[in-house]
Amino acid sequence: MAMSRKTRERRPTSFYFLAAFFTLFVLFLYGPMLTIFILSFQGVNGGLTFPMNGFSFHWFGNLFERQAVGDFGGSFLRSLKLGLIVMVVTVVVSFMAGLAFRRRFKGDSIVFYLAIASLIVPSILISLGIGLLFNIIEWQPQWFTSALGAHLTWTFPFGLLIMFAVFNRFDPSYEEAARDLGASNWQTIQYVVLPMVGPSLIGVAMFSFTLSYDEFARTLMTAGALNTLPLEIYGMTTNVTTPVLYALGTVTTGFSFLVIALALGSVAILRMRKGQKA
Amino acid sequence: MASDTSKRSSYFLITPMAAIFAVFLVIPLLTIVIVSFWDYDEYRILPDFILENYSYLLGSSVTWSIYLNTLKYAALTWVFTLLIGFTVAYFLAFHVRSLTWQIVLFMLCTIPFWTSNIIRMISWIPFLGRNGLLNSALINMGIVDQPLEFLLFSDFAVVLADVHLYTLFMVVPIFNSMMRIDRSLIEAARDAGASGFETLKSVIVPLSKPGIAIGSIFVITVVMGDFITVRLMSGGQSASVGLQISNEIGLLQYPAAAASAVVLLITVLLIVTGLLRLVDIRKEL
Repeated sequence: MAMSRKTRERRPTSFYFLAAFFTLFVLFLYGPMLTIFILSFQGVNGGLTFPMNGFSFHWFGNLFERQAVGDFGGSFLRSLKLGLIVMVVTVVVSFMAGLAFRRRFKGDSIVFYLAIASLIVPSILISLGIGLLFNIIEWQPQWFTSALGAHLTWTFPFGLLIMFAVFNRFDPSYEEAARDLGASNWQTIQYVVLPMVGPSLIGVAMFSFTLSYDEFARTLMTAGALNTLPLEIYGMTTNVTTPVLYALGTVTTGFSFLVIALALGSVAILRMRKGQKA
Repeated sequence: MASDTSKRSSYFLITPMAAIFAVFLVIPLLTIVIVSFWDYDEYRILPDFILENYSYLLGSSVTWSIYLNTLKYAALTWVFTLLIGFTVAYFLAFHVRSLTWQIVLFMLCTIPFWTSNIIRMISWIPFLGRNGLLNSALINMGIVDQPLEFLLFSDFAVVLADVHLYTLFMVVPIFNSMMRIDRSLIEAARDAGASGFETLKSVIVPLSKPGIAIGSIFVITVVMGDFITVRLMSGGQSASVGLQISNEIGLLQYPAAAASAVVLLITVLLIVTGLLRLVDIRKEL
């Protein structure tokens, strides 16, 4: 096989330098995360830095006592709900837009450049703009109205770009075949297009959920009276000086990892099923 | 007939996205522009048409030093993310030989992107702090006698955190460009007697330019507008344009914040226009 021939080829010296560099880069990415993971199990009398003063789950317990660190439970649930709404809307709307962009239509480049603009306009401007708009028309900003809109301006560009990448590599002859066999437009989408782009839609779903779940700047002026989780965390950084901060970091990062694992797992399952059918 | 229905369905399909962009991107940005000409007192904003917000902003030496500081962060972050991101992408694209390993290692680089930025910033505290891991290690090894103070709550910490957060924005587009390079070009270069470095310089770097340009746009715009990294990592000792805007928002000086925002937006758009001359984004997807 081609593979085995290739692996027998001697690796150049530069490979080992680059591999070492890459390893350092991964350490740089994950090292700090690992330190706060360890420190979140700090003993009851321990501080914000090493050494570990014993081992305990004290700070995790502390997290769920409402008065101690603000409203962790409430803000977590709010971020979870908001993330799920953003996810569903982004998947549906990006998929529709992806279908639309397969043909040229008047104004297509306007929408395209709006998406790019949405990606590069500093987040705080979106926050400020929506905040001002709601202020002027005298609407109360809420996490499920203004913050939802602010988050969508952040997730749509990613969704649309992923859909572009998918449909650029998508062979339209499958759809033609379906239509020749008498399938309606909707049936073609349901039985031909959706199963083929399914894994990418899961990608869009994961992107949009995690981007919304972690978004801070765009939520700042748009969340209204009730905090989302990143706002709560930000508040804590200024007035909490115990390892409870790290416990919170560990819990939210663990939750993000869970979401990523779920997404990757479902892509793998979809791929496997497809393989079995074929 | 057929093209008529397909046109209509295209408009139907694009309407939700276009509507959301109109309501939550275009109108808010127009609102900022309008409000930047309004007046304000301690309690409210007052519809008006005045230029004071701009003349005050542009006439103040503080503004210029803040812009200089922000540009400094952007430039430093850009240099480091580019060097690191290019090297990582080059390793993944040309030195990792099986597709499976490429995917696994690529995922390893991208996963932190899907976790909270604020938590990733906080996670430097036990590492860089006065009694942090790095200082303890340096003291134990006898390299320094006293803890280094510049590690946390400094410009160094801001740039470090920016590089930590945004190098991925370079890795992904550059890796994407590199994966499109026809491998026979590399072989041709090698057959023609080019060394590894010469191939890198005259084949790989020029063909990776679109990825470099896209990555640069992302990194520079995000750092130009950032306020949370500067606030957390400089410990309130440094300023950036974004932080200035967020402070003005905090003081309810919305028209002043809006004027700052307009100037920031123009600056960012100028930078992006410059970089877009190097690349046609739509071709790169």
